[in-house]
Amino acid sequence: MSSPHQLPTEDPQDNDEDQELADSPTEASPIVTIDSVAVQLGDVTALDGVSSIVERGDFLGLIGPNGAGKTTLLRTITAAITPDEGSVQVNGEAVHSLPSRAVSRKVAVVPQDTSLSFDFNVREIVAMGRTPYISRFSGGERADRNAVEEAMMRTEVMDFADRSVSEVSGGERQRVLLARALAQDTPLLLLDEPTASLDINHQIRTLELVRELVRDGKTVIAAIHDLNLAARYCDELLLLEEGKKMARGEPGEVLTTEHLKGAFDSRAMVTRHPITGAVRVTALSDDYGQGAGGHVHVIGGGGRTTRLLYELCAAGYEVSIGAVQEGAASHETAQLLGLEMIEVPPFAVVDESVKPKLSQIVRTADVTVLVDVELHPGNLPNIEVAHASDTLIIAEDRPLSDRNHAGERGHEIYTSLREVAKTVATNNVYNAIQDRLDPEEETAMADPTEISPDQRDGPYETELR
Amino acid sequence: MRLRVRTVIWSAGLTVLLFLTMLLSVAIGPVGIEPTVILKILLNEVAVPTSVQFGSSSDYRSLPIIPIAVEMTHVFSYNVTESDSIIVWQIRLPRIALGALVGLSLAIAGTVMQGFFRNPMADPSIIGVSSGAAVGAVAAITLPFALPFGLELQSAALIGGVVAAFVVYGLATEGGRTPVATLLLAGIAVSTFLGAIISFMLLRSGESMQEAVFWLMGHLHFATWSRVKILFLMLPPLVIVLLAYGRDLNVLLLGEEEAHNLGIEVEQTKRVLLGVSSLVTAAAVAVSGVIGFVGLIVPHMMRLLVGPDHRILLPTSALAGAAFLVATDTLARSGPGEIPVGIVTAALGAPFFLFLLRRRKVYAL
Repeated sequence: MSSPHQLPTEDPQDNDEDQELADSPTEASPIVTIDSVAVQLGDVTALDGVSSIVERGDFLGLIGPNGAGKTTLLRTITAAITPDEGSVQVNGEAVHSLPSRAVSRKVAVVPQDTSLSFDFNVREIVAMGRTPYISRFSGGERADRNAVEEAMMRTEVMDFADRSVSEVSGGERQRVLLARALAQDTPLLLLDEPTASLDINHQIRTLELVRELVRDGKTVIAAIHDLNLAARYCDELLLLEEGKKMARGEPGEVLTTEHLKGAFDSRAMVTRHPITGAVRVTALSDDYGQGAGGHVHVIGGGGRTTRLLYELCAAGYEVSIGAVQEGAASHETAQLLGLEMIEVPPFAVVDESVKPKLSQIVRTADVTVLVDVELHPGNLPNIEVAHASDTLIIAEDRPLSDRNHAGERGHEIYTSLREVAKTVATNNVYNAIQDRLDPEEETAMADPTEISPDQRDGPYETELR
Repeated sequence: MRLRVRTVIWSAGLTVLLFLTMLLSVAIGPVGIEPTVILKILLNEVAVPTSVQFGSSSDYRSLPIIPIAVEMTHVFSYNVTESDSIIVWQIRLPRIALGALVGLSLAIAGTVMQGFFRNPMADPSIIGVSSGAAVGAVAAITLPFALPFGLELQSAALIGGVVAAFVVYGLATEGGRTPVATLLLAGIAVSTFLGAIISFMLLRSGESMQEAVFWLMGHLHFATWSRVKILFLMLPPLVIVLLAYGRDLNVLLLGEEEAHNLGIEVEQTKRVLLGVSSLVTAAAVAVSGVIGFVGLIVPHMMRLLVGPDHRILLPTSALAGAAFLVATDTLARSGPGEIPVGIVTAALGAPFFLFLLRRRKVYAL
């Protein structure tokens, strides 16, 4: 028989909620509450009024440029630093008023490159994770030893448990420190740059393991430099800049071009990874993208084209490409970048049917760039439409003879294009485009690497003649 | 093997070694005494309580805390000569016992300081305790007037050492935090300053200079049972506190912030360790002068033998330090003319330390 004795007399919800907040933290309450925390380190304002909430079972990535306050925020959560203003609550308790022992039962830390230069073996280091549970005069219970063994199994450090910790490799040491944090048996785990000094394989292994821990119910906050790894593994990101919270949310919301421009002061392009689907950031050098504008149409395919598309896009041009076969590398890139495309089905030739469309787009584009593609009979129409452009740039690094599989006809078309086009090396395309868009400056900015007219029919054409 | 088992085995072994060293040391001297005779003399002193009386008024006066009168009976009565008995009981044993206690103090304090400072060159006097004690002692010896409060040499040295440690700690502390590096530098600065005071006092000391220099070299020459008693009463609680902080010292080796993250109350632990080891060092220096190298090399030797874990390192270093000082003091007094034991420990310790260094054995904690 069920006995619902609860006979609410007056507005029960309010009461219950107050009760919960005041007394015991429940599963529903956030595990970490950071409330307008400000930290002054010497003359530097390391954190400036940062507030955030971390829910149970979340994996929060702290991102931001060097000196943004990521590590300081982690150190504030462990109560290693007492904030000048604001408070941090873990499991509903203000960490800065708790004894270290109590804090260390709630929060474990995997520090960034600790030098472990003494002769403790791996097992002894991991066992130090049990410090918060062992009384001064006890040697530790069976439960403590079990926790240590389990943590070592989980992080796969068993194989070298008896080796000196000063002798293990960087990747192994990272796992030893993670094992120690696991032995600490805390609901909250903090990681400071867990992948900073690891090779790519160990980076992925470490973060996969962290993901697993999150699946098992741990809450993780990690400062991560690598934005792509952060986007791929974290549930949410917190972007810090100069001690301030810039953005907080899912990777897609935080990693936007504007946020990154603001925080890192660099141009970055945000796309989706074709395999993992994660948000992907590509940082670009400052050479690209000052005062760009205008429509650039690209004719081409292959690896060079992919890169060119990235760069033009990043530089701020409105970019289109065509014709491209569906499924080709440049097609995928264009899709990721959200470019206008003229598509043909996979393995289809570019025939007369798409030609009008191509001519149209080439005519309307401010600049058309022809990449040094292989010439086949099947894509000659694609090349031929370049004639419609009066601002054609040919980007070529390889002699035509190496890539002409369309015989005399290919040679003819290409040579006629050259007569009207400006021919440059691929890495000079960007300058050439600017010149085309801004003709007054053309003479002022003489391009030393531009191929001169007499070179155009130069060395690589001799064979064919 | 589990740590606790290893600790017990090593400690038992070193205790046996210590007793053998002491026994041998009693036998050695200008008058050779057979170990069997020594054993007889020792056994003659063994007494057991045979009757207990509670509560007469006269007993209240003699034992004001517990109104008990105990009658002791000596169990053994071997036949030994009076002179042998006096040499063993009044001359050699107090000196050996004092040597053991001083060696124990210096070695355990040295182990704590090396771990605390994460520095293999740290020794018990690193934060100025020895210099402070030396100032107290040299002042008591050389100043033409009596020290205030009727301070004796030992008390003056003890107070000098503790005060110096407090001053260094105070100078290095800011906002409730005491960075180890600052502490180290403040210790060096204060020691240098106190060294200047000692030099100045020696310069003006006149006839008492020899006595002061003799004290500064470190020796166990004036050992008496009363000095042994001071250390014997002072040391046990202090040593127990240090032993209890073995795990904390291990974790502190990882660095202070990590120690905090692992639940160590860092600043409080540092205060306890500094305070207690300074007191231990000051007590040892007060009764024996500045005996160098025991607190530096014994911890390193034991670290090579038992590993870096302070839970085994602290007790074994303490016992090894006791045996080491008894042995070196035996050498110091068995030559043609007695020399201060500080000379022997330094003369033996430095080459041995260099040997370890060249073998690349001593380079870290």
